[in-house]
Amino acid sequence: METAPPGIRYVLGDPGLPRLIEAVRGAGYRVAGPKVRDGALCYEELDPAEALPRGIRDEQGPGRYRLKSGHDASLFAQAVGPQSWKRYLSPPEQRLFVARKDGSGLRIEPEAADASRWAFVGVRPCDLAAIRLRDKVFLDGASADPAYRAVRKGILVVAVQCTAPAGTCFCLSMGTGPRAAGGFDLLLTEIGEGGPLLVEAGTSEGEAILRTVPRSEAAPGDLAEAERRMERAERSMGRSLETAGLAELLLRRSESPRWEEIAGRCLACGNCTMACPTCFCTTVEDISDLTGSTAERWRRWDSCFTLAFSYIHGGSVRRAVPARYRQWMTHKLATWTAQFGESGCVGCGRCITWCPAGIDLTEEARALREADGAAPSPRT
Amino acid sequence: MTLAAPEAGKGAAAAPPPARDPMSPTPWRVCRAFRETDDTFTLELIPEPGREVRPFAAGQFNMLYLPGIGEVPISISGDPAYPHTLVHTTRAVGAVTKKMAAIRRGDSVGVRGPFGTAWPVESSEGSDVVFVAGGIGLAPLRPALTQLLSRRERYGRVVLLYGARTPEDILFRKTLREWRADFDLEIHVTVDRATRDWRGNVGVVTSLIPRVPFEPGHTVAMICGPEVMIRYTVMELERRGVGPDRIHVSLERNMKCAVGFCGHCQLGPHFVCKDGPVFPYEKVAALLNQREV
Repeated sequence: METAPPGIRYVLGDPGLPRLIEAVRGAGYRVAGPKVRDGALCYEELDPAEALPRGIRDEQGPGRYRLKSGHDASLFAQAVGPQSWKRYLSPPEQRLFVARKDGSGLRIEPEAADASRWAFVGVRPCDLAAIRLRDKVFLDGASADPAYRAVRKGILVVAVQCTAPAGTCFCLSMGTGPRAAGGFDLLLTEIGEGGPLLVEAGTSEGEAILRTVPRSEAAPGDLAEAERRMERAERSMGRSLETAGLAELLLRRSESPRWEEIAGRCLACGNCTMACPTCFCTTVEDISDLTGSTAERWRRWDSCFTLAFSYIHGGSVRRAVPARYRQWMTHKLATWTAQFGESGCVGCGRCITWCPAGIDLTEEARALREADGAAPSPRT
Repeated sequence: MTLAAPEAGKGAAAAPPPARDPMSPTPWRVCRAFRETDDTFTLELIPEPGREVRPFAAGQFNMLYLPGIGEVPISISGDPAYPHTLVHTTRAVGAVTKKMAAIRRGDSVGVRGPFGTAWPVESSEGSDVVFVAGGIGLAPLRPALTQLLSRRERYGRVVLLYGARTPEDILFRKTLREWRADFDLEIHVTVDRATRDWRGNVGVVTSLIPRVPFEPGHTVAMICGPEVMIRYTVMELERRGVGPDRIHVSLERNMKCAVGFCGHCQLGPHFVCKDGPVFPYEKVAALLNQREV
């Protein structure tokens, strides 16, 4: 997307967000946004008449997530739920191609690209960072993933600054939030409980859409209120993670007894990897018809917590759970930087909230650091 | 692109650029299929008429696909000078390779590739070169030997040390005989278990290293085999004075995509599929000496 000059901030005029979403739809987008389902805030397609949920608050802790409604009319006074935008960018199951065998040989028919253009409404700054990280994996390397590129190039991002971080949030530590720094077409800031929304454009496309909706330039009082809310959000992070020297620490503590200790609690269920917005691992599976003449190749989300993940003939490389937890956490916080130039963790806290055993990544990092200080490192 | 990924490493040959749609295979036709030993076989593939043929470098691999069965990474064991025929030699050990062992001339196989880094054949000119292969590890090394021998005069002493389980498991017997007869190449073969008529060496391949002639300060080593064999081979080479920056190893990990999307092949900061499979040993030494990385 093309970046526009630093945006003038506006206040959306009545009827506010519904009018903006209508304009986005008018520009040819299918709209996905927050919706309450099964007691959780999910990102699903919104019907034209459908309004965003109001007055929802969340309560998040290790292995704990509760929604409460009826507070007020606010739209975005909660943090992220179990899903992330990766379910659109890298669907949990995706057909790659169909292979047909006939008398003349083998034919491979690659899956046609999905032509849908999606607008993501309500993207949090942590998830903006996650999208940027996924772009690095699937677009910026020597090979680009055609399926990812097809979806990604059609995305319009309507982001929202995070004014109500949850108990498991630590985006401030990771430098990804609660303020959005880029990667959006439009950016919203809620400055009253169901009251006005500030909006600014981050790209020329966002600017074009913004020009079509009722708006007025924000008054100094509105900007001051937004600033006050962002400062309050920065002060109310539920968690923190010391990132200085973190990558080196993890590599240095690769033989720490803490990994065994974590594995005593870790169920190796892979929930953290499913909920993580940056985890990108997949496996492939063939489905064939009864005659074996047609086969479909599907790509599915996979997790480094499974035994099969590292299997080569003779056995799995990471046989035991300590090695698998170590791989996940070390990749996320250390080797990711070597691979892609920045940490693989965006501080969204999903892995903490959605761990059925309540394992807290920030706490484990702290424990490793304390042990590192207490005992001379076994580095040779 | 500004990937901070570990670079291919000193001396690694430039690999051809990857395919445009890296996830879709292209059908190739089996023109020859034959058994090499009891549990290894070779497939020779030719492209369908009019299909693009991409050059490959010694050490690179392809993903071979059988519809409804699955896809596996297999190194290319043929001659890089003739990319119109893809030669793959592998062991029938898993669900896919066992089915692959049964395919016949005229059958089709899906091919994606070539992928990965190459053996430093060209940059080793002027040096002594020691190849150490264990078992099926001879297959990924054969293209490097073939390429080197086509310009034999540019290298110093060239040695191949090869360890097989038994005399019956020795791969590429005809090729080995030709190399012995036609080139200035010292070949030492050893087996773990001898049979009655075996008059060669018995023992692990590492036991050969102290006795072969090469100048350690001017030697490049290329190793492919089981990881435990790689570790001990490196120890012996280092004992003789070959520096870890001049030792290159080819590694194996679970791979689903071969282009860094699926995450399976990670070894510390490296994606074995694209940062490897051939690594300068110094880049992976610490990782190979840790358990379950």
